[in-house]
Amino acid sequence: MLATIYALVFYAATAILVVGIAMRVRRYARIPAPLKIPTTPAPTTSGGVVVRMFMEVVFFQSLYKSNKWIWLFGWMMHMSLWLILARHVRYFTLQNWWWVEAVQFLGTYAAFTFLIGLGGLLFRRFFVERIRYITSPSDILMLLLLIGIGSSGALMRFVTKTDIIAVKSYILGLLRFNIGHLPSDPILLTHLAMVASLMIIFPISKLMHAPGVFFSPTRNQVDNPREKRHLAPWAAKLEQ
Amino acid sequence: MADGADDLRKMDHPLDIPCLKHGAMEGLAPFIAAPEHQDKVGFPGELLPDWKEKALEKMAELAEKNRAFQVYLEICVKCGACTDKCHYFLGTSDPKNMPVARQDLLRSVYRRYFTFAGKYFPWLVGARDLTKEVLDEWYSYYHQCSECRRCSVFCPYGIDTAEVTMAAREILDSVGVGQKYSNEIIGKVKDVGNNLGLNPKALRATLEDLEEELEEDTGVSVRIPLDEKGADILLVTPSADFFAEPHIDGLLGYAKVFHEAGVSWTVSSYASEAANFGLFIGSYENMREISQRIRKAAQDLGVKRIIFGECGHAWRVAYSYLNTLAGPWDFLDQNYPIPQHIMEFTWGEIQKGTLKFDKSQNDHIRLTYHDSCNVARASRMGDTPGGQFEIPRNVIKTVCNNYFDMADETIRESTLCCGGGGGLLTDDLMDLRTKGSIPRMTALQDVTEEHGVTHMAAICAICKTQFSKVMPKFGYDMDSVVSVHQLVSNAIILTGSEDDEDAGNGPEEDTSDE
Repeated sequence: MLATIYALVFYAATAILVVGIAMRVRRYARIPAPLKIPTTPAPTTSGGVVVRMFMEVVFFQSLYKSNKWIWLFGWMMHMSLWLILARHVRYFTLQNWWWVEAVQFLGTYAAFTFLIGLGGLLFRRFFVERIRYITSPSDILMLLLLIGIGSSGALMRFVTKTDIIAVKSYILGLLRFNIGHLPSDPILLTHLAMVASLMIIFPISKLMHAPGVFFSPTRNQVDNPREKRHLAPWAAKLEQ
Repeated sequence: MADGADDLRKMDHPLDIPCLKHGAMEGLAPFIAAPEHQDKVGFPGELLPDWKEKALEKMAELAEKNRAFQVYLEICVKCGACTDKCHYFLGTSDPKNMPVARQDLLRSVYRRYFTFAGKYFPWLVGARDLTKEVLDEWYSYYHQCSECRRCSVFCPYGIDTAEVTMAAREILDSVGVGQKYSNEIIGKVKDVGNNLGLNPKALRATLEDLEEELEEDTGVSVRIPLDEKGADILLVTPSADFFAEPHIDGLLGYAKVFHEAGVSWTVSSYASEAANFGLFIGSYENMREISQRIRKAAQDLGVKRIIFGECGHAWRVAYSYLNTLAGPWDFLDQNYPIPQHIMEFTWGEIQKGTLKFDKSQNDHIRLTYHDSCNVARASRMGDTPGGQFEIPRNVIKTVCNNYFDMADETIRESTLCCGGGGGLLTDDLMDLRTKGSIPRMTALQDVTEEHGVTHMAAICAICKTQFSKVMPKFGYDMDSVVSVHQLVSNAIILTGSEDDEDAGNGPEEDTSDE
């Protein structure tokens, strides 16, 4: 029963996540940028834009320039999240890939840096006047959700071990549309429910910043307006 | 509204973050455009009866037409990185002047009508209905943004409040609530050719007077040609350069540089304006119409090159948009950048060695340089990124002995707005303009204390006007702001002048009164 409910929830959540993001991204990609608006100094070549974007998404360059505390907590949280996600790939493959084995150690302890980062961000939302002013309930709930996911995960890894072999075979089963046995460990069930919620919220929330940043014209445009004429399709119609 | 400098915030350093003062600038609003001003820019004369529907329609339309607007409405995570980056926030302490809070005035309405969460759980995500109060709030706070893009430098996603402000102003315009200052000026450009409404006859008389003055001062006949067909270069410069101080001294500088470089040039009476306030109100169509005047002037006069004078947002429109709005420029000489900045031209001539200077003519000045926001963060000069910072400084250091930069975090890409950009250079916003200039003025006062700086140079007509108005409130003379080409003009040695004959003999007694 429980296994079936969770299976259906995860199928739905995955569909919403994938289709939802695809729809938003398609929209971002389809809408033209009518004018050249890179924040200058900007790269003058596409290769330069790739480097700029890399520095933004990997090192959070602009945020680093802006505020060292937000950078520290935010960067710690995001990088830990990548390690944690990479570590979780082991639940989706029969044989563990080498790089998943390689991040096992870091991915395990990243739970702590993940939680420290989130804690710092949450602290700022309450105790820095400016940030408190701009915070909505959803901003806090989002952090609490992530903290919930992180701490339930850490709890299963470091305190009350769950039957991960059973979990893995359940997930491998789902990948083959085959609903197996799901251990009824309450922490595991909470963990999974929160992950499913996050997946459902993703495409309709500010979490869209992750794919969205790649479509930000101030960061992804090449600074070459004098050399190359830039014209949006709707603007071209004005010329006729 | 406050006047006088009594209630101005004292800052310990230029970026000193204030405690929030809720509602500090609430209700401040520039004069609303009259129906005839609105008509000229193609917008309804007064608030439409169905303004709410029309505003939402316009919002949806802009989100369809402008990727930046659509993406920026959705991807802000409210991390707070921008909260202390706006000079108007630093100067007024009003939390709605924090970039993210300013964006959210519009975003909250977008969420309510266009997103799942905002439709069904408005309280959760801070979504709100569009009411007349909200519309008034938009009018107030979207006219407390100078579209300077400082916030966009520091946003991890590059969210540019200027894009949101421009969209908001266009929505307001489209329901009949326009700003008098900007819209009236756009009308003048369309009617007469420049922001000042200076007709060709008056312009000719002005330029002839200036030529006479130049000859009296230098003994050399330096021309400022108007509407001369067949000239090589069309100079497009802000009309303030014809009329206001210290702008005029910059124009004399361009004339002297062109004279010494031996090129033929002309000003056009039809396109006698570099400024393009279509940018400020976010109207592509208006911006395009104004830009097309430059194309027509260039074709009618048969020029080979276009050079822009010292003007900040004009250079943004010229450098970043002119090719889009009025190109392709295949009828111009492709061996030169199209368009070119006067600073690029002068620096090019300096490097070629065609210009001679007596730097000591500027020895009475201890100088710093204010990077104008649109030049710094929305354009470039020269071939390499950052040329917009180096080239003006190179020119300054060629003509001036005593130069000192202000604090690093207040110049170059982090430069602070003068407080009067983006369509706010109007007397009805004087209180805001003064408060918005506090961070820049604080940075200036710091170099005055440390290095005895007496003057600040700028290459933007708005900066120059704004500073000559606000600097007296901070203990400086109104002529403490100077054009960069004014310094060039002071130091350049014209071939055949008396200075030329005794070149190298140091300062002359008859220093011209500029």
